[in-house]
Amino acid sequence: MFDRLKGIIKKEFYHIFRDQRTLLILFGIPIVQIVLFGFAISNEIKNVKIAVLDQSKDEHSSQIIDKVLSTSYFDLDSYVNSLDDINDAFQKGRIKGALVFPPKFSETLRKENKADVQIISDATDPNTGTQIGNYLLLQVQQYLMEHEITATSTLPPALINTEVEMRYNPELKSVYMFVPGLITIILMLVCTMMTSIAITREKETGTMEVLLASPMHASIIILGKVTPYLLLSFVNASLIIALGKFIFEVPVLGSYVLLIGEIILYCLVVLALGIFVSTVAETQQLALMISLFALFLPTMLLSGFIFPIENMPLPLQIVSKIVPATYFNIIIKSIMLKGATLNFILKETLILIGFFFILMGVSIKRFKIRLE
Amino acid sequence: MNSEKIIETTKLTKAFGSFKAVNEITFDVKKGEIFGFLGANGAGKSTAMKMLTGLLSPTSGEATVAGFDVFTQQEKIKKNIGYMSQKFSLYDDLSLLENIKFFGGIYGLSKEQLNERGTAMIERLGLADVSHKLLKEVPLGWKQKIAFSVATLHQPKIVFLDEPTGGVDPITRRQFWEMIYEAADNGTTVFVTTHYMDEAEYCNRISMMVDGRIAGYGSPKELKADFKTENMDEVFVKIARGENYKLQ
Repeated sequence: MFDRLKGIIKKEFYHIFRDQRTLLILFGIPIVQIVLFGFAISNEIKNVKIAVLDQSKDEHSSQIIDKVLSTSYFDLDSYVNSLDDINDAFQKGRIKGALVFPPKFSETLRKENKADVQIISDATDPNTGTQIGNYLLLQVQQYLMEHEITATSTLPPALINTEVEMRYNPELKSVYMFVPGLITIILMLVCTMMTSIAITREKETGTMEVLLASPMHASIIILGKVTPYLLLSFVNASLIIALGKFIFEVPVLGSYVLLIGEIILYCLVVLALGIFVSTVAETQQLALMISLFALFLPTMLLSGFIFPIENMPLPLQIVSKIVPATYFNIIIKSIMLKGATLNFILKETLILIGFFFILMGVSIKRFKIRLE
Repeated sequence: MNSEKIIETTKLTKAFGSFKAVNEITFDVKKGEIFGFLGANGAGKSTAMKMLTGLLSPTSGEATVAGFDVFTQQEKIKKNIGYMSQKFSLYDDLSLLENIKFFGGIYGLSKEQLNERGTAMIERLGLADVSHKLLKEVPLGWKQKIAFSVATLHQPKIVFLDEPTGGVDPITRRQFWEMIYEAADNGTTVFVTTHYMDEAEYCNRISMMVDGRIAGYGSPKELKADFKTENMDEVFVKIARGENYKLQ
């Protein structure tokens, strides 16, 4: 029994290592993705060009401008003289944000204990636009707090001291989000897409029939076929975590044992999904289509990897609840970034276990029906 | 050839819902004979064969293969048969030797058996030079023979061939049939489906299926005499037209 299983596993490894396309998908995609997401695609606010229209040119306005520009978030594009210049700069795409001080800024502040500053940000990309706006606002507020600007009047300063702490990711680095998210996506890609294709390929070439006509039990055949992908997924996950840790300094705060356990659990769920797809699809092409459009895209878009689930319309939120990746995303982020223990992610873990049994049950049933 | 029956069916039926793909077929195959299983596409040949090889459970009737019941002893049947599917069913991206080891392995052959039989097979086919080459580099004509040899590597009592010569040139087909004869001479029972009527002549006995039923059954000679024709093609045409014919 064990020898036969070993035979199938060995054969499957031959298939994988002799097909360059398979190898490319297995190892090329993860590396390219992490480099792309890590370096090129960035949600961070860094060196954003801004224009400044300072109509007061007094003490407070210039100090605020200095403070804003001293951070690594913003770079000065130019001092401008009119709102038209700002509009022009926005339209030409030279700037993503602008700061406008009205005339007599310091004086108004002193006399009335309040003054206006206008912050303009380019919201063609809403997320970045909001972030730029908030960052500029934060700088101005911090300035006011640091200087405890009070009015000359007898009124006490109307200050509410707020302090924002960016917990778990103080520098708001987007790789913190991408590394766990990528593991989710890539394990799905490898386990679901590759296994469903590998199984349907044998159906197409007629070898599956020969295997089933042999004394080997169908479950051993499937087990032998998916084991290599389980092992390779594990290598992949380790690779991404290592790249994340050593190149992008994404920490793993929780226990590695728990992380490994959860990764294996998730792999089993997506493998079961792959087996399920292979019971539905008769051809490799169909298996690929189902994996990409019915599974990969929803996972990418709805699992909370790119867009926050809370902001989705209700129907999509419901869909996201039946995407296994949603739960694994929560699990892996909690372990890596928050150092969570099993207690905190017990619910998600149990849901994944449930997914595994349901998918396996349905697949086995479908497999039998096919044979009947 | 002796008269011991190695496959025996009585009113074997497979229904998919209300559609009876195989409708009460009764026939037997004797040990060591070459039994041709003929019929047009969709006549139920493959379904019948799948029941006999343990890939499908029958709906009703009775059948034994190599002495084992197709309802309850499918696993035992599988150990005693070889199967070669319609398509060329070896792995193209594995070498000849790797294919031999893999398929021999799943039938539980030991390392020694695999080495011994594998080497003997490669020598017999004269393929020592290409035994380490991937199968996709081996000419198609060879592949069919290799597939047959691999299917019989574990020395099964019966070998099932599902349209083994589809899409193969006449010379290769001829050579392939020589291999089938050789296997039969060594005592292996050969159960072969085909829709080439000239191949029917090579069989000891045949059965012809039409719409899930056996419409003709006997040796080619008997069938030709019954239908008063010179060749099997005409026998088949007459059967397909529904000419009366009584099963013995």
